[in-house]
Amino acid sequence: MKQYLVLRVIAKIMIPLMLLFGLYVQFHGDFGPGGGFQAGVIVAAAIIFYAIVFGLPTARKVVPDWLVETLLAAGVLLYAGVGVAGIMLGGNFLDYFVLDHDPVHGQHRGIFWVELGVFITVAGVMLKIFYMFASRRRDGGDE
Amino acid sequence: MTLFGHFSYWITMFLLTAGLYIVIARGHLVKKLIGLSIFQTSVYLLYIAPSKLIGGTAPIVSDKFTLYSNPLPHVLILTAIVVGIATLALGLALVVRIREAYGSAEEDEILARDEDAARENPRS
Amino acid sequence: MMAAVTVAIAIQGNLFAVVILQTVYSFLMATALVALDAVDVAMTEAAVGAGISTVLLLGALYLVRGEEQKPRARPWLPLAASVVMAGTLVYGTFGLPAFSDPGAPIHTHVAPRYIQDGARETGVPNIVTAVLSSYRGYDTLGETTVVFTAGAGIIALLRRRRRGNKDGDRP
Repeated sequence: MKQYLVLRVIAKIMIPLMLLFGLYVQFHGDFGPGGGFQAGVIVAAAIIFYAIVFGLPTARKVVPDWLVETLLAAGVLLYAGVGVAGIMLGGNFLDYFVLDHDPVHGQHRGIFWVELGVFITVAGVMLKIFYMFASRRRDGGDE
Repeated sequence: MTLFGHFSYWITMFLLTAGLYIVIARGHLVKKLIGLSIFQTSVYLLYIAPSKLIGGTAPIVSDKFTLYSNPLPHVLILTAIVVGIATLALGLALVVRIREAYGSAEEDEILARDEDAARENPRS
Repeated sequence: MMAAVTVAIAIQGNLFAVVILQTVYSFLMATALVALDAVDVAMTEAAVGAGISTVLLLGALYLVRGEEQKPRARPWLPLAASVVMAGTLVYGTFGLPAFSDPGAPIHTHVAPRYIQDGARETGVPNIVTAVLSSYRGYDTLGETTVVFTAGAGIIALLRRRRRGNKDGDRP
């Protein structure tokens, strides 16, 4: 599809805006609607849009397979890591109020890292699923 | 007033039954999965409709509002939506593999092919 | 309108049209959720149901290919079973509380505590995020694990190793 000039120009304008909006939804999930899941899906959709317009091999060079698979697992580890940090700092598993000098600030910090972990995993999984479906040829081979 | 109040429940039941009908009465596997997804979204409506309070607002605390809708069903349904898409993706991957193994994604043809294979090599 | 879209999905045979109708249905559901003041849920449903779900269904449809065939027998038994179930469910809804009743059990058990103390205890104005990440953090950990497991399952199902043999399956 990359020979269509209109699609290329529009994609180049819209993809940065989509990524920016995804980050906005992630970090403003505390003050408005949003949070980790929505932001992860929006960022994955931006990269899928790039893959649809410019071709899957190009997208695989920009966001390679090993990066996506690492992101998949890193998010869950980050979330569990916040829980373990709660144990090491004196509370129970997934206690946030021990993470900082002040319980409310501790909650804020815990929520920030936890939402980041959810965002990374959801974005990675959605992108990986798209890669797997899109790279399979009809007779069962692989591109 | 009661009749109008229950309208949201009735539309939920209709969507639920329609999704179930698509799952059990249609043969193509992808269409069954879409019917399952319709079934799941009707359950979201079943949970979110009772949480609304007329005159309230979205559950984001602000100085201008005093009445908020109930946030607890929102949390449950947020999880349910993400689990639903995970199930759909796994189901579609299974359909793709079934199609490659059997050559068709229609339920009747798959069962017929299994019966033919069982008749040709009878193994107890 | 959602009911009309659902009936169209059930009747329509062309699967590409069914996928597009499913996208329309997701958008209508997201709009209904906004009308019910569930803004977080509406954003997630629009992004997931109308965005990612459509891409996955189209990808799978390309690989599976084919029209839906007419069923051999008229589906009277499933239709009768669905109607009976719908009747039973509608009979059950008469026991549910009326729409937007502030005294209903759903509003009086633990939700007032979340609404009153949530912003103060966690410092986060969005009560849904506060409940999701802090008060019910275990559930969200489980859900993230479910998403990860789905990704791992799809990798296991659809991965191909190039070995040079002609048939499709791995041993």
